[in-house]
Amino acid sequence: MLDGFLFFTELMTMPVHDLKGRRIARVKDAALVPLVDSARIDRFLVGGAYGWLTLRYDQIRSISLRDGIFLSDEQLTPYHDDEYMLRMGRDLLDQQIIDVTGRKVVRVNDLTLELKNDGVRDSVSVFEVDVGIRSIFRRLFQGVLPPNWIRWLQEPIPPNSIRWDLCNVVEPDPQRRLRLNISYQKLEQMHPADLADIVEDLSPAEREAIFETLDSEVAADALSEVHPKMKASILEALEPEKAADIVEEMSPDEAANVLSELEQETSHEILDEMDTAEKTEVQELLEYKENSAGGMMNTEYVALPENASVADAMAALKGNEDLLESLNTLFLIDEEERLAAVIPVARLFLAAGNARLKELASETLIQVSVDEKQDRVTELFDKYNLLTLPVVDEDSKLAGVITADDIISVLRQK
Amino acid sequence: MRKLLLRFRYHLAIFFAVIGPGFITAVVDNDAGGIFTYSAAGARFGYLPLWTLLPITIVLIITQEMCSRMGAVTGKGLSDLIREEFGLRITFLMMTLLVLANITNVMAEFAGVASSLELFHISRYISVPLAAIAVWFLIVKGNYRNVEKIFLFACVFYITYVISGILVKPDWKEAAIHSVQPKLLLDSDYIYMLIGMVGTTISPWMQFYLQSAVVEKGVTAREYAKSRIEVIVGCVLTNVVTFFIIVACAGAIYSVQPRDIQNAAEAALALKPFGDYAFLLFSAGLFNASIFAACILPLSTAYSVCEGLGFEAGVNRRLREAPIFYLLYTLLIVVGAGVILIPNFPLVRMILLSQVLNGVLLPFVLIFMILLVNKEDLMEGWTNSRPYNLASWATVVIMIGLTLAYLGIVIRGVD
Repeated sequence: MLDGFLFFTELMTMPVHDLKGRRIARVKDAALVPLVDSARIDRFLVGGAYGWLTLRYDQIRSISLRDGIFLSDEQLTPYHDDEYMLRMGRDLLDQQIIDVTGRKVVRVNDLTLELKNDGVRDSVSVFEVDVGIRSIFRRLFQGVLPPNWIRWLQEPIPPNSIRWDLCNVVEPDPQRRLRLNISYQKLEQMHPADLADIVEDLSPAEREAIFETLDSEVAADALSEVHPKMKASILEALEPEKAADIVEEMSPDEAANVLSELEQETSHEILDEMDTAEKTEVQELLEYKENSAGGMMNTEYVALPENASVADAMAALKGNEDLLESLNTLFLIDEEERLAAVIPVARLFLAAGNARLKELASETLIQVSVDEKQDRVTELFDKYNLLTLPVVDEDSKLAGVITADDIISVLRQK
Repeated sequence: MRKLLLRFRYHLAIFFAVIGPGFITAVVDNDAGGIFTYSAAGARFGYLPLWTLLPITIVLIITQEMCSRMGAVTGKGLSDLIREEFGLRITFLMMTLLVLANITNVMAEFAGVASSLELFHISRYISVPLAAIAVWFLIVKGNYRNVEKIFLFACVFYITYVISGILVKPDWKEAAIHSVQPKLLLDSDYIYMLIGMVGTTISPWMQFYLQSAVVEKGVTAREYAKSRIEVIVGCVLTNVVTFFIIVACAGAIYSVQPRDIQNAAEAALALKPFGDYAFLLFSAGLFNASIFAACILPLSTAYSVCEGLGFEAGVNRRLREAPIFYLLYTLLIVVGAGVILIPNFPLVRMILLSQVLNGVLLPFVLIFMILLVNKEDLMEGWTNSRPYNLASWATVVIMIGLTLAYLGIVIRGVD
């Protein structure tokens, strides 16, 4: 099975022969140039009698595990560090990368390279990243035992590898990221909660790099799922503009929560960069104490006048599509914006279009005031099996809602 | 009265605010092995060993400070950094040594559990398996975070040594003189004891544990100043406790009749001003220290190894996701507790061996730490200053010298 394959550990120290078949150097490292090709090894760095030289892939005639590398062109150039080069040995081996499908951070032990012949020359490209015990075994015995023995001895150990195109390299330096053609688009497809788990496993610099480049909406979703303590330090590390973009995409209660964790100066900087509408909403929420109903609630809800009909409700929902995923309750308010009734959304399905919403209201109206204590709020959710709890201010005006997921977060943190 | 109460609450708040990775590491440092070593030193040599405490404190602060700084700046554990900068083979070697050294350290902790409860005539065949199972479940299934607070609070026990150290009316003048006046005896027992004191105070696992704990707590470079204070306070407090353990033993045992301590009952004599409660206090304190360390050691070892070799780790992962982590963790506890139960097991020799392995590993760990902490691309302006480097290299040289001397003595002694 492994005939067309070569491990990076085997490539290292492989002898290089010139046109006459004399051994002139050994492989020291290999590099991709991702802007040209994301997988093909473009250059081999070889060490000979005169220091390191660079060997381009098109100067090679053949590569084999048994005989090493034979050249078709002996004009090697002296090695100089080139910022467009991703060096396997230096930049990849032993470093952490993200396994996008496995949704975790892994450490690179070895690489499986695919050996191809296009009729003119042999070339190798990165096929898989090896993690797990088998590759550790290979690394430990590389150079100690002959490669064939290692291949034979490792057979009983189950392989553990990740396809190269499903890996994401993390690079904190934005300049280098461009040169190496690294993007985090693959990460944007992941579930925000998985992305948050991954981010928690990385170092602060890498974390920052990811949040800097992610689409603000994805970043906001992921940030909401990150451990509360870490949220603040991520935001603090970002440029205020980027931080503001992300905070704007968060729900106002989450945004207020995060901002209240920050130092005053930083949170002001971020607020200054935000759009006015979102800013005032968040600022209002920031006024409340963190562990009061006001501090827990968010201001994203759908409220209708007391005499509205089912058709009106449908129209209102059409205008608030972004809320639909988690919306399960509508509110009725009187002329003075005081909370009048609560309507479970599911009841709309069974009602005629011209029915009054008031007729569909829950029998008992349970509500809390903005300064109700957090413990009391969770108690109410438990007692009345609530999904949503309206919060009213001192004039009984509807100020916001607390949802069950807020309660779960509160309980989990205890 | 109200004012007083408020003041007390304020102090309590400060107490829990100070508690963090640095403080916990320092507290766990005075584990079963530590208590026995210091007691033995005081009982045999009286006030003589006191002068070592000042240099030990400084060395402890230097090493711990570097670790927590690296943790805060890079956000990565020590084994992560060693792996990334020095490759897999060196990491593998270090981790193998760490596991071997720590497995014997775990043995020492369970031996501490056994001997503390044997003071109450509870057989080790009951106490040790129960303790091992309790530790395993507490970490894997239970809520360790809450229990940690109990452990920490129970460390108030060390105050008994302070009180005892005052009540036994030691010779303060002599204690003061010997605290600052270095005295070397050309006596192999004395040198052996000195090295043992350094060895129990500064051990490799602490560096790995502390750095991971700082990372886990999410301390950033900006908040690092606070952590540094915590590290220093922790190190100083540990050695203040050590000072009083030695003084109490010197006053209670040495001044009566200098001798070697053979068992826990003799070590408990240091608390004799507490009368009938001395045994109870001592065994409770020893038990707490041993269990606390037995919780932290296997976990921190399994973490470090898995981090360094790239296996998934963490008690929040399921068994299927992190098999190697759980295997290693369980193995450390099972083997560590298991050997205590083998009749005629050469426990003292094993503990000696653990000191040797600790000693072999420590200079390497320190050298890697200094190399890492001086990498500009890693530490971005947080590298050591020149005098600091001088001090840390001096530490390494002293530690290597002591280790070699120690190895020499141990190898001669074992043969």
